[in-house]
Amino acid sequence: MPGPVKLSCRNLWKVYGPDPARFFVGSSEGPDALAQKMRAGGHMPAAIDAGFDVHVGETFVIMGLSGSGKSTVIRCLSRLIEPDHGQVLLDGEDLLAKSAQELIEIRRHKLGMVFQNFGLLPHLNVIENIAFPLRLQGLTSAQQRDRASHVIDLVGLKGREHSYPSQLSGGQQQRVGIARSLAVEPELWLLDEPFSALDPLIRRQMQDEFLRIQRVLKKSIVFITHDFMEALRIADRMAIMRDGRIVQIGTPEELILNPADDYVAQFTGEVPRIKILRAHQCAVAIANRPEGLPQVGPDDRMEGLLPKLAASPAGLDVVGQGGAYLGTVTATSLVETLGRIEGAGPVPVAHG
Amino acid sequence: MGESAQTRSGKGQVIVWGAVLAAVLALALAQPQFPGLKAYPAEWTLPVTDWLNAGMDSFVGVFKPAFRALSAIMEYPLDWFSGFLGWLPWSVGLVVAVMIGHRAGRWPLAAFTFCALVYILLMGLWPDTMNSLALVAVSVPLAVALGFALGVWGFHSPRVERFLTPLMDITQTVPAFAYLLPILILFGFGPVVGLIAGIIFAFPPMVKNTIVGLREVPSDIIESGLMSGATKGQLFFLVRCRAGLRQILLGVNQTTMAALNMIIVASIIGGSEDIGWRVLSTLRKAEFGESLVAGIVIALMAMVLDRITYGLATRAPDMAPPRGFAQRHRFALMVLGAAVLAYLAARAFPALHTWPQDWTFDPSGPLNTGIETFVLWAKPLLDSVKNFIIFTLVLPLKIGLVNVVGPFTWGFTATIWHALGYAALVVFGAGYAMSRGRTGLAIAVMAFGLILFFGLTNLTWPGASLLLIWFGYRSGGMRLAQWTTAAMVFMLLTGSYEKAVLSVQLCALAVVVSFMIGTALGILAAESDRFSRILRPINDTLQTMPVFVLLIPVIMIFKIGEFSALLAIILYAVVAPIRYSEYGLRHVPKDVIEAATSMGATRSQLLWRVKVPLAMPNIMLGLNQAIMFGISMLVITALVGTDELGQIIYIGLSKGNFGIGFLAGIAMAVIALLADQFCRAWQRRIDAKLEGAS
Ligand SMILES: Nc1ncnc2c1ncn2[C@@H]1O[C@H](COP(=O)(O)OP(=O)(O)OP(=O)(O)O)[C@@H](O)[C@H]1O
Ligand SMILES: [Mg+2]
Repeated sequence: MPGPVKLSCRNLWKVYGPDPARFFVGSSEGPDALAQKMRAGGHMPAAIDAGFDVHVGETFVIMGLSGSGKSTVIRCLSRLIEPDHGQVLLDGEDLLAKSAQELIEIRRHKLGMVFQNFGLLPHLNVIENIAFPLRLQGLTSAQQRDRASHVIDLVGLKGREHSYPSQLSGGQQQRVGIARSLAVEPELWLLDEPFSALDPLIRRQMQDEFLRIQRVLKKSIVFITHDFMEALRIADRMAIMRDGRIVQIGTPEELILNPADDYVAQFTGEVPRIKILRAHQCAVAIANRPEGLPQVGPDDRMEGLLPKLAASPAGLDVVGQGGAYLGTVTATSLVETLGRIEGAGPVPVAHG
Repeated sequence: MGESAQTRSGKGQVIVWGAVLAAVLALALAQPQFPGLKAYPAEWTLPVTDWLNAGMDSFVGVFKPAFRALSAIMEYPLDWFSGFLGWLPWSVGLVVAVMIGHRAGRWPLAAFTFCALVYILLMGLWPDTMNSLALVAVSVPLAVALGFALGVWGFHSPRVERFLTPLMDITQTVPAFAYLLPILILFGFGPVVGLIAGIIFAFPPMVKNTIVGLREVPSDIIESGLMSGATKGQLFFLVRCRAGLRQILLGVNQTTMAALNMIIVASIIGGSEDIGWRVLSTLRKAEFGESLVAGIVIALMAMVLDRITYGLATRAPDMAPPRGFAQRHRFALMVLGAAVLAYLAARAFPALHTWPQDWTFDPSGPLNTGIETFVLWAKPLLDSVKNFIIFTLVLPLKIGLVNVVGPFTWGFTATIWHALGYAALVVFGAGYAMSRGRTGLAIAVMAFGLILFFGLTNLTWPGASLLLIWFGYRSGGMRLAQWTTAAMVFMLLTGSYEKAVLSVQLCALAVVVSFMIGTALGILAAESDRFSRILRPINDTLQTMPVFVLLIPVIMIFKIGEFSALLAIILYAVVAPIRYSEYGLRHVPKDVIEAATSMGATRSQLLWRVKVPLAMPNIMLGLNQAIMFGISMLVITALVGTDELGQIIYIGLSKGNFGIGFLAGIAMAVIALLADQFCRAWQRRIDAKLEGAS
């Protein structure tokens, strides 16, 4: 059940090149034709007619190859880059219409952003870096300290308060970046490839950390990555970009099972299907099943249920709301389902 | 096809070279019959000197009051500061300096600072040092402020930067002496001249470092500042300036060193009781002991200032959690406390206030005797070295073997047979190089054979122009040929040609020698870590030393004259090639070396076939820098009696003739800029070669 819309991005364009505004006066072509015209004229449309909604408490992931315009879009959302056309509505108010002063206020209280290369200030130590946005707002040093130490606890940096960025590992530096972006208690949290500069192991650990924080704080999030497995772990919904254009929006499962085109399929192709299967999709009705099989929910991921299934060879009962029996997952039914979807192309998405 | 086209153009090139050299030869031979060929006729020059003087006069007529007023304003802080430093008990100065030394570089630097200051006290040179320090202390903040402001402006406006860059290049290539006279005329006699010269000479590095520092702040940091909700001002001061601070502080370090250097040079106009003046005046009276003692003070002062400003710029931040006011300003409070204690102690014991006369110690008497004894003892050896170099290198390059070889110099009278033998040798050498396919080398042998035979001064101005312009065309195409032509026209029309040839002769010789020695040392240092460790402090010392100081030991041993000038230039210019070649060799990509080693290259093959060719761009940068250093030192060596443009600047300065001094200064800048263009052209060819090969 999605909450109300927090951020809405509509028909957003960013075009590099001289005087891009002229393309938008009285043009009646579709976005693709218009982008073609821009490229022909030597312009670089980095974001083309981007549109999506982010609901309250939702993690929305944007992914795409390098140069596909992900950073451009996320920077347009906070107006680090000035879009050339379109709307960005935060709580229904158009950010693009705000004055410089209003924008500063919004950044100070409603937005937080994490950067790929951390963007820490080299001359400030951990706690000063984290308190920096608070200091800019003119809070007293006691208030700064209180709120900074709260987020330091949250990201697990206790004891490193007085280290300087150069004395920290990449993972620790990004924890500082995360803590700094959370210090102002933002409503919308923007993360641009926050873990791409880290080693695979550390990256995984940081993803767990991120999920834990998100479970506590329930922010509305726009998260950028070029790693589909990362998207799969954290996304509620995601968008895939190609050459400035959003080519598909949906849940990870939808993208895997129903890729809009070959480009999306290339991203999703390598994902082991077991990662997206849910219990109800593998359940079959068994007439005379043994009593007292372990019970699981219909939306539980099969990947996580494998140990349970191993421990109970007779199967697992899938039980819906109110205890209604929906079917049983057995080793045979799982293998059958996998065989059906693996390589068989698009399958209709089952809803629980 | 490309192959044959290349050989064809190669052949064409050889033919043109042959024609050019033949023309130069013919002109040089014809020169005794036509006096107009050797010296560019004076009737054909423009009275640029008069124009400059007239221009300056009218400028002074209008603006003098403004400049004098400025000068009067500048005198306030200067008087105040030298008054303060003169009043300050030495014990307070010592304590504060040592504490700052400790802050910047821990105990080693504290100890070094202590020793340096005690030396100054023992020699009784504290007051002179304080007078120089006052000039530094006033000019550096002004230069830093000016440089920072211009840097910020240049950072914000590309148009301003485009305007500033050439301006700064020129302020740094026009020799220091050439500034002094216009400043003297505009601002009037006195220590303010040193101050202004220091500021003008020292602000460019600050501008450059400020622009680089501000620009190179990573965009992530700027964006994170924006997303933290920074206003424009907060973003600039709290984010951008702070993140670029290290680079900006390195600018302060370079500015300090440049200001000190200039202030020492400016003491040549006298009127100030500072340490530079002491060196210069004793040097003029040939009191070598005294000038050595004072020269060491300058060197120590330079080293201490350099290490302290560098140390403060690159200092790692404290780990300790800063809390209240007292802890945040702990260092300042401690220095203040120690200074007050030292002051009170000085009130109680006058010896701590003014260093007592009988604690000083003057080694210059014994030093003088020592130096004299040494020079007397080594005279035969030194003289033979000196004469050998003068008769085989310096003089032939200047007036040609044809005029040098004689019974007194080479031990025999030159006959036509000697000349023919020499010509045969040169032709044979060139032919041999040609047969090995090294066309360039063959041409070089011919050209140098020709130049050494006749001497640069006898090449005749049309001949020299022809040779240089064609060489420019071959090195850097039409553009460089135009540059060269313009430079030649400038030299001829302003009547600077003859002196310029002498400058080029002296400087080129010194640069070639220091480039060869320096590159050799750099190669050794790159191959041996131990040698590199030994060499590094020597390089640092030579480079931070105000140029002036290098003259002292040279004159002491070899007396004044061209040979001393040559040595001083070599000493100063040798550092750059050492550094650049070592850097280049040490930074050859690892995988290339591994690949070559795995192919079975021996150590020397590895060095000569792999590392040196790949390090060539850096080695060439070393040459470029050596030329720049050589030219700037050239002016200083005018003090020891040379006969070229530097001397003219010096004469202009001492006679108060703005026009001739300034014109000679511009001529030197033209030489420097042209040399720079040549270096860049060669650099481009090497880069293209390396790129084409890979
Ligand atoms: N200032 C600029 N001027 C011109 N083109 C630009 C500019 N900034 C970005 N672009 C272009 O816009 C396109 C999108 O860039 P963007 O940084 O948004 O890509 P990205 O998806 O974030 O890639 P990455 O994964 O490498 O970060 C790229 O092709 C880039 O070359
Ligand atoms: Mg990006």
